[in-house]
Amino acid sequence: MSANQMLQRRQSQLTRGHLPSYAVWVVLAASVVLGAALASLVGFSVVGWAIISAVVFVLAATLVTAVAEGERKAKDRLVTFLVYGAFLIALLPLVSVIWTVLERGVPGLSYNFLFTSMNGVTGAVDNEAVEGGTPVLGGAYHAVLGTLQITLWATLISVPIGLLTAVYLVEYGSGKGLTKAITFFVDVMTGIPSIVAGLFAAALFALLFGPGTRTGFVAAVALSVLMIPVVVRSTEEMLKIVPNELREASYALGVRKWRTITKVVIPTAISGIASGVTLSIARVIGETAPILVTAGFASSINWNVFSGWMSTLPTFIYYQILTPTSPTSPDPSTQRAWAAALLLILMVMLLNLVARLVARIFAPKTSR
Amino acid sequence: MSTNSLKASTNSLQASSTDRGRAGDKIFSGISLAAGILILAVLFSVAVFLLVQAAPIFTADPTEVTGGNGFAPYILPIVIGTVVAAAIALLIATPIGIAVALFISHYAPRRLARAFGYVVDLLAAIPSVIYGAWGYIILAPQLARVYTWLAENLGWIPIFAGPASQTGKTILTAGIVLAVMVIPIITSLSREIFLQTPNLHEEAALAMGATRWEMVRMAVLPFARPGIISATMLGLGRALGETMAVALVLSPGALVGSLVKSGNQTIAAEIALNFPEAFGLRLNELIAAGLVLFVITLVVNMIARFIITRHKEFSGAN
Repeated sequence: MSANQMLQRRQSQLTRGHLPSYAVWVVLAASVVLGAALASLVGFSVVGWAIISAVVFVLAATLVTAVAEGERKAKDRLVTFLVYGAFLIALLPLVSVIWTVLERGVPGLSYNFLFTSMNGVTGAVDNEAVEGGTPVLGGAYHAVLGTLQITLWATLISVPIGLLTAVYLVEYGSGKGLTKAITFFVDVMTGIPSIVAGLFAAALFALLFGPGTRTGFVAAVALSVLMIPVVVRSTEEMLKIVPNELREASYALGVRKWRTITKVVIPTAISGIASGVTLSIARVIGETAPILVTAGFASSINWNVFSGWMSTLPTFIYYQILTPTSPTSPDPSTQRAWAAALLLILMVMLLNLVARLVARIFAPKTSR
Repeated sequence: MSTNSLKASTNSLQASSTDRGRAGDKIFSGISLAAGILILAVLFSVAVFLLVQAAPIFTADPTEVTGGNGFAPYILPIVIGTVVAAAIALLIATPIGIAVALFISHYAPRRLARAFGYVVDLLAAIPSVIYGAWGYIILAPQLARVYTWLAENLGWIPIFAGPASQTGKTILTAGIVLAVMVIPIITSLSREIFLQTPNLHEEAALAMGATRWEMVRMAVLPFARPGIISATMLGLGRALGETMAVALVLSPGALVGSLVKSGNQTIAAEIALNFPEAFGLRLNELIAAGLVLFVITLVVNMIARFIITRHKEFSGAN
């Protein structure tokens, strides 16, 4: 027996009891065929076919592995399939939501939709549009303006408070009991239901200015309750990763602590802070519940956040779906709702994209 | 002469800059301290204002409360509805969320893992009202057929008792939509903790001949258990407080045991649906309901955060 033969035998022993890599695909093909057969027995549908095939495939592949490779390998393979399957299942709603919004939103997204309000659009107008086949009138201009104004004010309130709190936590208060308390309650605040934040703002302004005070500013206060903890957390993380050498170098030059913070620490971390703030805006821009209880609902343009009811895109979607403008023919309302949903998703995605770009482009240039 | 004046000028410069600096230091640290305290004050005042505005309901005549039997019989069914919807959401979302986190941290090809992470984060970025609209228009009609089938074939199980809702707007649908919204929360938190698993533990397990699943079960999951628990609790907090999905997807009604019949209601949806038209005592009633929700979610979140903080202190991962 030559050495060469020995080697070959050893190799074959190492690979013995292993399924060839194409085995999985064979099982998959067989399962798909079997799945089609079984699905047509109970009444064929693509969804049923996919589900039956998947179940058959997982069972068959596990069984084949168990016979050929042993129980441990079979368990490992089963879990692998389940983990991959879980990811696919999690993707389903995402794909479905985005597809639905695109499919139904794109037809409604016109110039008219973007730049007119719902002022004067009544059920009769919608009925006419359906009967006459004319384009749907009315749009979300007022809601877009409301969203932008309320979010702007919420940002103006949250960013200074959030930024300064993070500065306190990282630069002044490390190790103190108050810091621990603030960190803990900021974390707890992230979990406040958005509707409770809305009720808080409503209750606060009801006490100050009498019951039923509903303006854009109340909504902005409600949103900042939701926004502040996000700003604090992200800013805190960013300030923490500023190297201590920078601070020490600055102190060594005799620079005061507050000058060090404003001129060295914050500029170093600014890209991360800006991206965190953008992400927090993206989070609150889609909030509906707090707006419902604080800003009411309007169908015309309101430029004043301090008086009068206001609409935002989320509440616009909500009311267009739940209470169509024309109860007899809800289609125009549904179309407007989906167009607004598309607009809202585009805004949120844009903000997310901007946040990532900001973080990447303005990242501090380190030598490492 | 020139040295003298120079010295004097530097002295005065130093003095003025020191004074200004000292004042600046004090002002700046004072302001940032104030901001920190303001946050605590806000959280405290959330509780206080809700309590003040809710107070009238506890002393009001029981017949004036919706339902006519006082506040407790009014709030109890919707508390149960809230818990049931959240429980359904968690039952679905926890296994899927953890599996997706494992997929991204240990199973997906390395190069794609980050991209998959972004995709799951996208799920979290979609506003809740859009999920609500999707559940209302797309998901509920699809599920109505499933519910009819369930009621016909499994109707003897109390939770599937018929007649099934024809619109599909039941608490089970609400729970499913909530699950979709909770999955990214559970995933992103568990993913972070899975990635913190000491590499040496994983490699030791693999070196002993463990399969990938055995490695995950013996090295990753025990290490991540507190993290998984708190991620689930945070998901629970979200599911309890989520408003729009439920307000749109559920057609509310009295408390029923069956998950496929229309009926049931959650606190958050009850507030959102009724607050805009409410006035007088009804307003106080809804704020009191909000207070109950606030207390429930506060307790859930505090337990979750407590577990996370303790884990951080003892795990040695950081």
